[in-house]
Amino acid sequence: MSQAVERPTTTGPTRSDEAADGYDGLRLRSVTRTFGAFTAVDDLDLDVPRGSFFALLGPSGCGKTTTLRMVAGLETPTSGTITLAGQDITHAKPYRRPVNTVFQNYALFPHLDVFENVAFGLRRRRRPDVRRRVEEMLELVELGPQARKRPHQLSGGQQQRVALARALINEPEVLLLDEPLGALDLKLRRSMQVEIKRIQTEVGLTFIHVTHDQEEAMTMADTVAVMDAGLVRQLGAPAELYENPRSTFVANFLGQSNLVEGTVTRRGPDTLTVDMHGTAVTVPTARAHTDGARGWVGVRPEKVLIGEAGSALDAPGGTVPGGIVTDVSFVGVSTQYLVRMPWGQELQVFAQNTGRQQMFGRGDAVELSWRPEYAFLLDHAQDAGAGAQRGDEG
Amino acid sequence: MRGGVRGAGPVAWVRRHLVLLLGVLVLVYTFVPIAVVVAMSFNTPPSRNVYGFGSFTLDNWLHPCAAEGMCAAVGRSVQISLLATVLATLLGTLAAFALVRHDFAGRSGANLLVFVPMASPEIVMGSSLLALFVATGFGGRLGFWTIVVAHVMFCLSFVVVTVRARLAGMDDTLEQAAADLYATPAQTFRRVTLPLVAPGILGAALLSFSLSFDDFIVTNLNAGTTVTFPMYVYGVAQRSVPMQVNVLGTVMFAVSIVIVVGGELANRRRRAVV
Amino acid sequence: MSRRRGGRTGYLLLLPAVAWLVLFFVVPLYSLVATSLYDPTGSDFRGYEMDWAFGNYLDAVRDYARPLLRSLVYGAVATVLCLVLGYVLAYAIAFKAGRWKYLMLVLVVAPFFTSFLVRTLSWKLILADDGIVVRTLQAVHVLGPDGRLLATSVAVVAGLTYNFLPFMVLPLFASLDKIDHRLVEAASDLYASPVIGFWRVTWPLSLPGVVSGTLLTFIPAAGDYINADLLGSPGQRMVGGVIQSLFTDANDYPAAASLSVVLMALIVVMVLVYVRRAGTEDLL
Repeated sequence: MSQAVERPTTTGPTRSDEAADGYDGLRLRSVTRTFGAFTAVDDLDLDVPRGSFFALLGPSGCGKTTTLRMVAGLETPTSGTITLAGQDITHAKPYRRPVNTVFQNYALFPHLDVFENVAFGLRRRRRPDVRRRVEEMLELVELGPQARKRPHQLSGGQQQRVALARALINEPEVLLLDEPLGALDLKLRRSMQVEIKRIQTEVGLTFIHVTHDQEEAMTMADTVAVMDAGLVRQLGAPAELYENPRSTFVANFLGQSNLVEGTVTRRGPDTLTVDMHGTAVTVPTARAHTDGARGWVGVRPEKVLIGEAGSALDAPGGTVPGGIVTDVSFVGVSTQYLVRMPWGQELQVFAQNTGRQQMFGRGDAVELSWRPEYAFLLDHAQDAGAGAQRGDEG
Repeated sequence: MRGGVRGAGPVAWVRRHLVLLLGVLVLVYTFVPIAVVVAMSFNTPPSRNVYGFGSFTLDNWLHPCAAEGMCAAVGRSVQISLLATVLATLLGTLAAFALVRHDFAGRSGANLLVFVPMASPEIVMGSSLLALFVATGFGGRLGFWTIVVAHVMFCLSFVVVTVRARLAGMDDTLEQAAADLYATPAQTFRRVTLPLVAPGILGAALLSFSLSFDDFIVTNLNAGTTVTFPMYVYGVAQRSVPMQVNVLGTVMFAVSIVIVVGGELANRRRRAVV
Repeated sequence: MSRRRGGRTGYLLLLPAVAWLVLFFVVPLYSLVATSLYDPTGSDFRGYEMDWAFGNYLDAVRDYARPLLRSLVYGAVATVLCLVLGYVLAYAIAFKAGRWKYLMLVLVVAPFFTSFLVRTLSWKLILADDGIVVRTLQAVHVLGPDGRLLATSVAVVAGLTYNFLPFMVLPLFASLDKIDHRLVEAASDLYASPVIGFWRVTWPLSLPGVVSGTLLTFIPAAGDYINADLLGSPGQRMVGGVIQSLFTDANDYPAAASLSVVLMALIVVMVLVYVRRAGTEDLL
C-alpha cells in the first residue's frame, strides 16, 4: 500500500515559487545555541535533501537533540537561520511549522485514546475527513484494533507506533525522530528500524532521525551526520563514513578502529608511505586526512588479517610482525583477538569464523597484515581516544 | 533473612502479617467514633441531659431539622464553604501555576509564605485576624464575610500544595507535543493541560470545602453572631445535644465515602491494563 | 531546555493569592503583636492606647503558665502517640498493603471529612464513666473502682491524638512510599535481620516524613482546645481556650493577644530547635 505524497497545506507562511534561496530541503546556516556559558550547538551548517532519511548521530550532549528541537521550533537558535523549502522558519512557532516530532518518551496524551491521539494534529488544523485518514494511518502502522485503547494499555512498541502515526498523519515537510527506539528491547528495536525505514520509503517524506546508536543510524539512514560538541564532524553515506573516517572521533565512534602512530616518510600522488614503528605501510592519498609529518594510521579490526608468525599472509603492502595474542573472545560470528605489538600497543583483530581459518590462543606469536586500500591516515593532533564508547551503547 | 522453614499455623500467620494487622487495627480505631455517630443517629437518649444510648428510633432521620437552629447553621456553613472553596480554588490554582511553571525573583519566598499557614496553630491565626478586624474598625461587623475571608486564607495553602503536586508531576513534553501538533497555546491549555490538572483541582476543591465546613477555632473568633455548624455543635455540647447532629454527621460521612471510594474506583477502571 | 517561563505572567498569576495571604495572614500577625502591646487598662468601650507594654507578655506568662505548659506537654505527648500509631499505619499501607494501598489511604482520611466536633462528642460517649471502655479498664484494674477517663488528661490527649492522626499519617506515607523496596532487600542480602533492616535503612529514609508529620501535628495540637473543652475538666484547660475566652468573654484584647504571641513564640522556638536537630529537611 503506498501513500501518495500530497503537498500539505499549512497554517504557516505561504510558499512562493521565488523562494529565498531555492533549496527545497531543510537548510541550517550558522545555527548556534548557547545556554549561558555553555555552547550546545556551534555554528552549524547542514543541508538535508528533500525526501531523504537523514541521521544525526553522536554521543549524549553533542547537541543533536538541541538541533532537532530547533528545527521543530521547541527551541530558538541564539543565532543563525533555518530555512525549509526556501521559507525562513527560524523564529516560527512550533504550531506554525510544517514539521512534526516523534518524541523520545512518545509524549502520548494519556487522557485521549489512540484514535484521538493520532487525530490531534488534524483536528487542530481543522482538516476534513478525520475518521478516514486516522483509520488509514492506523492500518499503516498496524494498530487498527487498538484504536479505542488508552496509551497506558499499550506495550512500548505499540506506543511507539502511535507516536509515529500521530506525527506522520500530518504529512509534514520534515518528520523528526528523537531517539524513538531507545526504550525498546533489542529485537523490537531491530524490527522497528526496518519498519520505519519501510514507511519512509513508502511515504517519501524527509525523516531526520536523532540517535546515539551508530548501528541504528547506519542501518536506517541514507545520509549520516556525526556530531560532537555542537559541531558536525563528518557527513556522508554510512558506508563512506565508516570506511573512510576523517577524524579520530568518527573512526572511534562508528564501529572500532585501530589507531597506530606513524611518521610520513614519502608523499606520492597516489599513495603515502608511513613508518609505523619500524614497519612501512602504504596509505592511499585519498584516504590521508592530514598534511602533517606524523599521523594516526587507522585500520578497522575486521580488515586485519592474522596469521602465525612467519607465515606469508595474503596481503601485499607489508606485514606487521611481532605480535603476541593477549586475549581471545569467541563471539560466534567472529573471534576477536587482542594482539600486543612490539611497541606495546594492543591491536584489535576480528576474524570471521569461516571455518577455514586457524584459531589462535593466548600467548601465540602472530603477525598481522591488511590491504593498503583499507588503511586511512588521521591528524596526529587529534585524541586517539576521541569518540570511543565504553561498553555497549544503545 | 535468616534461613529456616517458616512455621505453619495461626501464630506464625499472625507474626508474618503483624504489621498489616496492626495497621488495620489503627484504621479500625479511626472508624470507631464514626460507628458511634451512625448508631447515635438512630438513637433516642434515655433522658434529656444524658448523652447516651436509649432506644432505637427513626425519628431523627425523619425529622432532621427538628433541632432548633441546626439546619440554619448547616445552611450557613454550606454557603460559606461553597464561596470560600470557589475563591480559594481559583486563587490557589493560579498561584500553583505560577510557582511550578514560571521563574521569578521571590519564588522561594512565595513558597514559604504559602506553606506557613498550614503549619500555624489555628488559635494564633484566628486571634490575629480578629485583632486586624478590630483594629481596622470591622470589630462590630464580624459575620459572614469575615468568616469567608478567614476560610479562604487558610484553604489557599492546601489548594496550592495539592494543585502544585499534580502540576509538577505532569509530563511537560505533552505540551511540547501539542505545540508540535499545531495547537496554539490556548488550545494546548484547553485540550492538554487542563484535563490533566483537573483531578488535582477537583481534589483541592473538595479538601478546601471540608476544611472550611469543619473549621471551628478560627471561625468562632471571627463570627460575631453568625452561627456555623461546628459552632452550633459546640454550643449544644455545653447543654443538650440533639441527635439530629449525628444524622448530619452520618450523612457527611456517607457522602465523603461515596465521593472518595467512587473516585478511587473510577481511577482503577481507567488504569486497568488489558 | 528551559521549562520555566520568565517574564511577568508569573507575578500576575501569583498576585491574588499572595495578596490575600499577606493581607489576611501576615498583616494580622502584625496587628496581633500591636494589640498585645496595648495598655492593658484600656477596654473595648473606651478604646486602647498603644503603650509598648512589653509587660503584657510577662503578665501573660505569669498568669497562664499552667495552661501554656499544659498545652505544650499535651501537644508533645499527642504527637508522640500519633507518631507511633501513625508510623505503624503508614508503614502497613506503604509496604504491606499491595493492591489495597490507595483504598486504605483513602479510608484513613475519610472519617476526617465528618465534623470533628461530632466525632469528639462520640468520644465523650465512648469514654463515659459507665461506658464499656471504662468498665473494662476497671475490670482489669488499670483504673480504680472510682476511676474515670473523661475529665482527665488521658481523655484529652487521646482526643488530640485521634484528631491529628491524618496529619501524621499522610506525610509519613508520602515519605515511606518513596523508599525503594529493593533497598531493604539489599540490606537483607547483606545479613541484616528485618529489625536491623528497618532501623538502618527504612527509618533513616523516612525521616523527612517524620519531621514533616511531627511538625504538622504538634503545632496545631498545641493550639487546640476543643478536646480539652469537651473531654476534659477545667483542670485540663489548654491555653487556646484561655485565649478564646479572653477575647470573647473578658474582652481583654491586650491580654489575649499577648498570650497568643507568647504561645506562637514558644512554638516557633521549639520548632526551630527541633528542625535544627533533625537537620534541615526540605519541607516544602
